[in-house]
Amino acid sequence: MINIIVCVKQILDPEMPPGKFKIDPESNKVIPPEGIPLVVSPFDEQAVEAALRIKEQCGAKITVVTVGESSAVNAVKHSLAMGADEGIVVEHIIEGYDSLLTAYILTKAIEEIVAYDLIICGREAADWGSGQVGSIIAESLGIPVVARTRKIEVMDSRLKVEHIIEDGDESLELPMPAVITVSYEIGQARIPTGWGVISAARKKIPSWSLEDIGVDLSQIGDTSSRIKLLKLFTPTRERGCQIIEGKTAAEAAANLALRLREAKVI
Amino acid sequence: MAEYKGVLICGELIEGRLTGISKELLGIGRKLADDLGEELSILLMGSDLSNAAREAIACGANKVYIAAQPLLDNYHCDACTEVATNLCREIAPSVFLLGQTDMGRDIAPRIAARLKVALAVDCVELRIEPDTKLLIQTRPVYGGNALAEVVSVTHPQMATVRAKSMSPLEPDESRQGESIPVKVEVDIETMKIKLVERIKQPIEGVKLEDADAVVAGGAGIGSAGNFAMLEELAKLLKGAVGASRVPCQEGWVSQSIEIGQTGKIVTPNIYIAIGISGAVQHIAGCLGSKCIVAVNKDPDANIFKVADFGIVADYKEALPAFTEKCKEIIG
Repeated sequence: MINIIVCVKQILDPEMPPGKFKIDPESNKVIPPEGIPLVVSPFDEQAVEAALRIKEQCGAKITVVTVGESSAVNAVKHSLAMGADEGIVVEHIIEGYDSLLTAYILTKAIEEIVAYDLIICGREAADWGSGQVGSIIAESLGIPVVARTRKIEVMDSRLKVEHIIEDGDESLELPMPAVITVSYEIGQARIPTGWGVISAARKKIPSWSLEDIGVDLSQIGDTSSRIKLLKLFTPTRERGCQIIEGKTAAEAAANLALRLREAKVI
Repeated sequence: MAEYKGVLICGELIEGRLTGISKELLGIGRKLADDLGEELSILLMGSDLSNAAREAIACGANKVYIAAQPLLDNYHCDACTEVATNLCREIAPSVFLLGQTDMGRDIAPRIAARLKVALAVDCVELRIEPDTKLLIQTRPVYGGNALAEVVSVTHPQMATVRAKSMSPLEPDESRQGESIPVKVEVDIETMKIKLVERIKQPIEGVKLEDADAVVAGGAGIGSAGNFAMLEELAKLLKGAVGASRVPCQEGWVSQSIEIGQTGKIVTPNIYIAIGISGAVQHIAGCLGSKCIVAVNKDPDANIFKVADFGIVADYKEALPAFTEKCKEIIG
């Protein structure tokens, strides 16, 4: 049996209707839309799914860890309801664009967990989409990393993974411990069962502070010492669509083709 | 930060030639270097790099760092990370740019972690702020719902750049530059990650990212079989077929043709969106198209907001007539 750690992040629902997406220009922050609950970032959900498949294949203990505000416990609960074994919340609010700090805190949490053979992360979060945390954790721990994998197979103390490259795949072998990142290529993440939700609700989820895991913020420096957000804004993209009419759908379609010819597009 | 100087590009090759994104990086890199009043360099890794080096100079580079090592002909993440990090330490560039490609996505975060610097990924706009001489990086976030303008305080200022977002320079053979060999101290045998095999998926017809015409289908298409209608039109327009997320998730089409923030980014002359509602994350992948045409039953579909032309109709009735008319017009 191996020990797997999955890193998850709680974010605004990326599938929310575009009309609900609003930015506060004063603070350069997204205004959380009312009535739309936060969710686990979809690729992180797929990271949990990947871990569960390994558990089914060869047995594993899965620990889920997140960094965020206290409500991030819901992201952990969701993962436990899917079938993960344990969860931890590190309570600290980080700006989403500071991947180095996020990865540093997660690395400290992982070192505190001690037992790990495999760390799985989503390829990128669906809010800031930086796609760096998994790689930085691997560099900090000094272990190998394969980003964007389609399939993970455990063979004793080694892993065999399918790495996605342009126009194909490559099959790679590496020793554990290692970091792997995944995204939609893994396939759909499972929906928690009713029993899963009940047993997750009964589990104790410890909340750690930065002091608990020995994070020294003066060592790493605050976010503004690395990167500054100057402006967050909604792009304007209305093009003024010309709707082409016709008595029937077929006629409208034929008129469209003629109009495109006129505009020298085809 | 006076000790950090110049702009460095990480080049990528295909069969000994610079890739499209590498030329685009040289295009924007040249502009940034001119605005800084400094030099533009490129790192090339592999063997037999003389042709690519000449190309790089013609496309704007002052210096070409040659990491000649036949083992690097086959991309290896650990090895490329090592070579690029070492070069950054040695020449201390002010700006270091990579493509938002498979390689860029793999190695850029690892290099940034080793150098302990910030990295802005998937940038669509880069400029030098005249007063501070710092690099202002603009990138789509929240699945394309927003754009963020960020500036790195650490050096080198690292960014990856989205394909097709920058323009390459017209190659000029009269440009002069120098090639400088780089010591390569990597032994792939000692690397932890071993390559077992590489499987290339052959592409039929035109490559999606390079196509001048893209016919894309969404959830409204309804089944794998119905994509045949789209194939027919794409063939006629000498283009390629793409899809939004649902057809890929449902397995109607291959995941390799997903267009969107997390899939392929396309910028054809004509983009025909059929049965696509227009989720923001999808639009992020096709917004750079010169002309967007939408066919959708729902007049309120978001796709009409970004389209130039549209018809409100069931595609099953409209598409055959459209293809027929196109045949007539194109001849």
